[in-house]
Amino acid sequence: MLMEVKALSTEFKLKRGTVRAVDDISFTIDEGEILAIVGESGSGKSVTALSIMGLLQNPGRIAGGEILFKSQDLNKLSQKELQKIRGNRISMIFQEPMTSLNPVWRIKDQIMESIMTHMKVSQKEALARTIEMLDTVGIPSPAERANDYPHQMSGGMRQRVMTAMALSCGPDLLIADEPTTALDVTIQAQILELLYRMREKFGMAVLLITHDLGVVSEAADRVIVMYCGKIVEEADVKSLFARPLHPYTVGLLQSIPQIDDESDEPLYMIKGMVPNPLRMPRGCPFSDRCDRCLERCSQEMPKLQDVDGHKVRCFLYDVVSEGGHAQNE
Amino acid sequence: MLNYILKRILMLIPVLIGVSIIVFLIMRVFSPDPAPIVLGQHATQLATEAWRQANGLNDPVYLQYFNFITGALTGDLGTSYYTKMPVSKEIFARFPATIELALVAIVLASFFGILIGVISAVKKNSIFDNIGMLIALIGVSMPIFWLGILLIILFSGTLHWLPSNGRIDPMLQPVAVTGFYMIDSLIAGDMDAFTDTLQHLVLPATALAMYSMAIITRMTRSSMLDTLQQDYIRTARAKGISEGRVIRKHALRNGLIPIVTVIGLLLGSLLGGAVLTETVFSWPGIGAYTVTCILKSDFPVVQGVVLLIATIFVMVNLIVDVIYAFLDPRIKYSKVKG
Ligand SMILES: Nc1ncnc2c1ncn2[C@@H]1O[C@H](COP(=O)(O)OP(=O)(O)OP(=O)(O)O)[C@@H](O)[C@H]1O
Ligand code: SF4
Ligand SMILES: [Mg+2]
Repeated sequence: MLMEVKALSTEFKLKRGTVRAVDDISFTIDEGEILAIVGESGSGKSVTALSIMGLLQNPGRIAGGEILFKSQDLNKLSQKELQKIRGNRISMIFQEPMTSLNPVWRIKDQIMESIMTHMKVSQKEALARTIEMLDTVGIPSPAERANDYPHQMSGGMRQRVMTAMALSCGPDLLIADEPTTALDVTIQAQILELLYRMREKFGMAVLLITHDLGVVSEAADRVIVMYCGKIVEEADVKSLFARPLHPYTVGLLQSIPQIDDESDEPLYMIKGMVPNPLRMPRGCPFSDRCDRCLERCSQEMPKLQDVDGHKVRCFLYDVVSEGGHAQNE
Repeated sequence: MLNYILKRILMLIPVLIGVSIIVFLIMRVFSPDPAPIVLGQHATQLATEAWRQANGLNDPVYLQYFNFITGALTGDLGTSYYTKMPVSKEIFARFPATIELALVAIVLASFFGILIGVISAVKKNSIFDNIGMLIALIGVSMPIFWLGILLIILFSGTLHWLPSNGRIDPMLQPVAVTGFYMIDSLIAGDMDAFTDTLQHLVLPATALAMYSMAIITRMTRSSMLDTLQQDYIRTARAKGISEGRVIRKHALRNGLIPIVTVIGLLLGSLLGGAVLTETVFSWPGIGAYTVTCILKSDFPVVQGVVLLIATIFVMVNLIVDVIYAFLDPRIKYSKVKG
């Protein structure tokens, strides 16, 4: 097991109150595995990633839990010790390719900085490795493009550069936070293809964050569905698509556009909106949007429990367990 | 880039023509007739007429302007009505004092302004930030002449640490080569003169720098705060480089780009002559002198000075733009049309 996140909670202390953007989440990532985290905007995906990276900015802070990376709790490390891991053993690609590169640095310098921070190599070797990485991520004539500034490249190209930078030190874990969201559909597919290819080539584990379940079906091994900072369902990708349990997952799946869909019916959308993080419903966070809401749903918080190889947080399956399935938490 | 610079220098011509026409007209419309001031109240009609004729003031205005501008093109700005000295000599006698003071002031202002601004941004809401912003607030709101007088009372009057008057002890005055005493005294190899020059510069430069420093501090702080929020700063942190390096190598370069413009504009205005500072510190610069010339209707001097200052202002702006293009690769001036 490469990483084990245990009961992680992250809070933002604001003037109007405290937002618990990540609430008691636990999961594991195996070596070489692609784990996807899916959820609508605001469900706490990026905050989870930033917590792992130790990149939370004020007023955000980890309120509790452990982030065990190769059995070492990252949350207990000093910034200095974390810096040795960041960009080296764990690296990250961000949601915004257009703005994530320094506009006044040549891209080769940005990648070389990463390499020279973590590897004992000469300038020349770092440059050679940079060009090799640019080539690997599919940038044509990499030796010339290495001299470009970010503004001379398209969004897709910049995301490739980010990927090259993130992979330049051969990380064990790559966190890709919605790497395709800001890109054209065709480019999105290319970048996903690239991530997949990189995993094959370098064998690193990938934490793939997305709000698009369509992306997940193609790339991931296992999926975590997040809602309002909580894990509501977790399963391997086949079984999640074959038999989604949580009403929220069902809603997400129904709202994926089907290419072969001939009917003129408008695309399904989950009704309502993500609740304001400062005014969460009392019971199940999904209760005000759920089609199958029970009476107790708005009173109590359901627990995450094992059901048919999934983990799911919903009272509907509590009923099943009472009906004899003998499910323990 | 070279093309761009050439274009900008060519654009100087219409600017200067416009500026010269405006001063020319303003002086002739709003200034009192120079003849009685130059010759005295009791000059005869005849003498006045003769003086006007001799100084070309009886010509039609367009002809006067034509004569002025053709003269200016050959480097002849005319002679002062009072001293009868060539205007260029009058300017050269005073302008270096203004430039020297302005440069020292802008260096002080930039150094401290950027330093305080950056630290305030990095340590936002800390005690340092609060004190820094208080200093900046005082800096923008305190009138320069008042600050000047306070400095004189304290450091010159009470403590006797620093001189408050003029550019140098007259006994030590170096031979004028450049007109910049810091340079001239070094050329002469006279360390006493050099130190004395520096001592004379401290108080007026501080008074003059205060406002610019306050502006630079505020702009630096807000620009750095904005830069530190940018996605590429997060990327830099994600690389695992130290926070110090993130700030020095990634944030500073980006955050200071807009500050270059601010410094350029402030320098431009300081070079125009700091009238109040020069008056308070009896600084023999161009600002206070020009004001006297305006009041005395010394047309040739005023026209010459304004033309020179306009040129310098435009040149400083050009230099700023060139530096800007150098700092920010996104700007390609060759593609900007004239
Ligand atoms: N800097 C911040 N200050 C205050 N609250 C924040 C901050 N960043 C995140 N949050 C809170 O955390 C919640 C989760 O944000 P997060 O960025 O993790 O969402 P996300 O799942 O990544 O969404 P998206 O798909 O839009 O990227 C937000 O709804 C917000 O309430
Ligand atoms: S617990 Fe209730 S409200 Fe929440 S998802 Fe399940 S059925 Fe819906
Ligand atoms: Mg996000």
